Amino acid sequence: MAVRLFFAWLVAVVSLVAGVASLGGCAGTGRPRVVLWHAYRGKEEEALRQVLAAFQKEQGVDVEALAIPFDAYAAKLEAAVPHAHGPDVFIDAHERLGSYLQNTLVAPVGDAVPPADVATYDPAALAAATVGGQLYGVPLAQKSLALFVNDKLVPQAPTSFEALARRGDLPKGSYPVAFESEGAFSHAPLLHAFGGRMLDDAGHFAATGPEAEASLAFLLGLRRAGAVPEEPSGALVSELFATGKLSAVVSGPWFLADAKKAPSYRVYPLPRLRETGDARLRAFLTVELALLAPEGAKNPHARALARHLGGLASARLRATVGKQVVATTAAWDDPVVKADRDLAAFHEAATESVPMPTSVSMRAAWVPLDQAIKKTLRGDASPHDALEEARARFNDAMKPPPPSPSPTPLLVALSAVLVGLALLAVKNAREPGFPSRLRASLPAYRYVAHAAVVVFVLVVLPLVAGALTSFFAGTRNAPQYVGLTNYVMVLTARGGPLLGSGSFWLTLLVTVLWTVVNVTFHLGIGLGLGVLLSRPLLRLKALYRVLLILPWAVPSYVTALAWKGMFHRQYGAINALLHVLGAEPISWFSRFSTAFSANVATNVWLGFPFMMVVTVGALTAVPKDVLEAAEVDGATRWQRFRLVVMPLVAPALLPSVVLGSVWTFNMFNVVFLVSGGEPDGQTDILVSEAYRWAFTRNAQYGYAAAYAVLIFGLLLLGSKAMQRLGRGAEQGAR
Amino acid sequence: MDRKPSLLESALVHTVLLLAVGFAVYPILWVISLAFSESGLSASSGALPIPHDPSLANFRAVTGVREGGDGGTLFLIQLGNSLVVSLATAFVAVLIATPAAYALARFEFVGKKAGMSTLLATQMFPTVASAVPLYLLLETLHLLDSRAGLVLVYATTSVPFAIFQLRGSFETIPVELEEAAMVDGATRAQAFLRVVLPAARPAIAVTALFAFMSAWNEFILAATLLSRETAFTLPVLLQRFVGEHDAAWGPFAAGAILVSVPVMALFYLAQKQLVGGLTAGGVKG
Repeated sequence: MAVRLFFAWLVAVVSLVAGVASLGGCAGTGRPRVVLWHAYRGKEEEALRQVLAAFQKEQGVDVEALAIPFDAYAAKLEAAVPHAHGPDVFIDAHERLGSYLQNTLVAPVGDAVPPADVATYDPAALAAATVGGQLYGVPLAQKSLALFVNDKLVPQAPTSFEALARRGDLPKGSYPVAFESEGAFSHAPLLHAFGGRMLDDAGHFAATGPEAEASLAFLLGLRRAGAVPEEPSGALVSELFATGKLSAVVSGPWFLADAKKAPSYRVYPLPRLRETGDARLRAFLTVELALLAPEGAKNPHARALARHLGGLASARLRATVGKQVVATTAAWDDPVVKADRDLAAFHEAATESVPMPTSVSMRAAWVPLDQAIKKTLRGDASPHDALEEARARFNDAMKPPPPSPSPTPLLVALSAVLVGLALLAVKNAREPGFPSRLRASLPAYRYVAHAAVVVFVLVVLPLVAGALTSFFAGTRNAPQYVGLTNYVMVLTARGGPLLGSGSFWLTLLVTVLWTVVNVTFHLGIGLGLGVLLSRPLLRLKALYRVLLILPWAVPSYVTALAWKGMFHRQYGAINALLHVLGAEPISWFSRFSTAFSANVATNVWLGFPFMMVVTVGALTAVPKDVLEAAEVDGATRWQRFRLVVMPLVAPALLPSVVLGSVWTFNMFNVVFLVSGGEPDGQTDILVSEAYRWAFTRNAQYGYAAAYAVLIFGLLLLGSKAMQRLGRGAEQGAR
Repeated sequence: MDRKPSLLESALVHTVLLLAVGFAVYPILWVISLAFSESGLSASSGALPIPHDPSLANFRAVTGVREGGDGGTLFLIQLGNSLVVSLATAFVAVLIATPAAYALARFEFVGKKAGMSTLLATQMFPTVASAVPLYLLLETLHLLDSRAGLVLVYATTSVPFAIFQLRGSFETIPVELEEAAMVDGATRAQAFLRVVLPAARPAIAVTALFAFMSAWNEFILAATLLSRETAFTLPVLLQRFVGEHDAAWGPFAAGAILVSVPVMALFYLAQKQLVGGLTAGGVKG
């Protein structure tokens, strides 16, 4: 019977999976087919659609275009291209060429840019797409920052940045100018104007020294004079600009849609800076390229598509429909393109900007410089100290992996562990009574076998594979065995002080504090509300339940950002509330305590419904007669709760508490989206630190995997302890 | 059994609940206000989340519905994908987890402790690390770019959790129930199907809901493993409104609201199920 039952389950699972699989059929047409990936949306996507339609008609080739969220773009390319499941052609920014080349995700363009075509492209754009004398990618468009001006407030082109940034008699809450964010990217124009740069030719961090310091001091001066708003974000800046509270914004073409909400605006190239002898503010230039994946480069249709994307007809469409600053020079002779004032301004801005380096070390430079800028603006460090710290952080992240030790010791250790486990198993099996115990276990195995297989194949194996990367350094393509070096470096805080900022041990303390505080609130609020909602005669019970579940039902990505907005220094709802209560506004993300509290508030909000639902579920299982008996025996309400209800619901709650702690320990989203580690990485927890090593600090996947394994080990110990405590408490209550 | 609570007590309970509702709903009101406001975040409106130019433009942008009423097919297809994938995930997770959880709650067997530890351990490894190995695995199984593959991946991340949740609930069900059934001549499997499962219905509903929601909101794996627009789920569509330099928060918020409506509906149904489980026990509150 039980065997038949098991087969029934299995058949059900298989047929369901097969049923779902059959939903995804896709018919071929027999025509040659090219796959194109991009991250365009809105007008740019519309223009691309028209360009592709023309190509399909002209060449009789089907193009399958796939729009991918930007957040998943690089990960998807890295996963798919090496296994030939990726696109033939993909559109991306030139500065990622370095990392794509390192992972062999792109190939040279070949005849997608034949010699005859070279002269038709903007030379600067071609130069940006060239690495080591080899051309990768067909240049499509150029993007750089420009100046958006509300021409009601600033009727003429500003003569200098200083003239623009004068506060004059602006009312409180209005500002003459804003950079779109407080980061390295929007600071680059000032850095360049003062003669500084981010990387030198050898790819080392170069934003130090008098020039870089002067640029930071200048920015600090702007802030102190009240010329720029605090904590600018894309949403805030567009709101201020649309309502006329901001006279000018330094931003890119993506701001056009927002700018149009203002009564009237104009775009200019970035102005000159009087302080530096009229040097121009020069932003970073990004060139969007049609890149060929190695598979695509072998396919003549794919090369034809890449060539078509850069051709004159396509460029006209992309300029007129997609509002792109196209890199095909002849398109600018088109009367419609010529007549577009904004486009012309962006074109001019592009010629005045500095192509972003393609070096992979750029990825490790952004965050340290971001942190240095924020630290200076908070007044926590002088520009000199902040920038030196940024350089040290960059150098630390870029430290080359140590020479490969012999893998023998580790292999020996691993095999010793395996042999030990095997011996233990044999010893257990030899014990008298084991065969009979095993035989007694057979009925149970019929119930668990399928779950064991599924969990092992789809959960355990990938995790083990992930964990093994912690013994390697270098890129995914050319991993280099380093033994236990990653672990040693993590545990010794990379040679710095053990409790120094950003060290493993300090982050661990923060993470433990984070977990304890959150889980306490989750459990307290969840249990309390769960008990209230289980009151038999409560009116409006259904309504309360549905409203209280809301934080959990709405995708956390958007609610976490709503919380971040609520904690904004000047415009956030929390400070507005404090103002009503007569308290001073708080700069939430400038101190550890307040930034940590903001994260906790968000995460408690996100997490309490789970505990509440679990409590309600567990309470329904409490037999009413037990409670009645207790009441008859004269137990007070509190006694009934503590002595009767709690012991009955605890077994159902304990696993949820353990799991809740594990999830909170690894709660990446809230930390990343709300405080983003501010101030200065102090509110980062272990998992967000691991993420930074994997994605922003020179892509050290092995190092990040070592973090993951350590997190795993810590949680294993922690949950064992919690279960023991829980079991003790349970027995104590009985 | 319960006497009618006093007026003061009722008032107190409702006050606490209303405060909690305020806490729960306030940030959502911001999201709603953002979704209905065409010009973006009403950052300067202080503590009150009110859109200053109410419009449906963001909803049109996210669904692709044009003002005449046409368009929106892709949105509907992706909504369908999300529904199919999430329902299948919930179904598969419960299907796989229920017998295993029952065995863990009721049987003693060799390897039980090791199995439990492994299950808990799988929840502890940050998932960032296993995305690429998962990709390779699905490739070998030829399940890449299929919703079935996605369902398997989602189901297995929710199976360990479902096992935990269900095992806890099975433990609260008195063993006497099955023993009585087995004395009456039922086999163990029959007792499990006819006696234990109905008693565990509320817990199974909640577990299915958890599995459904984790699949419903996930986007990174969906975007990585699927390669056709018609196979994408809704969160992938939503995530496209977040670009490298900017994010279209209005449509994103509108999409988030559309995405949460089915979840709320489902919770409402599951809640009926919860109450239903209570009445089925024959002890009406």
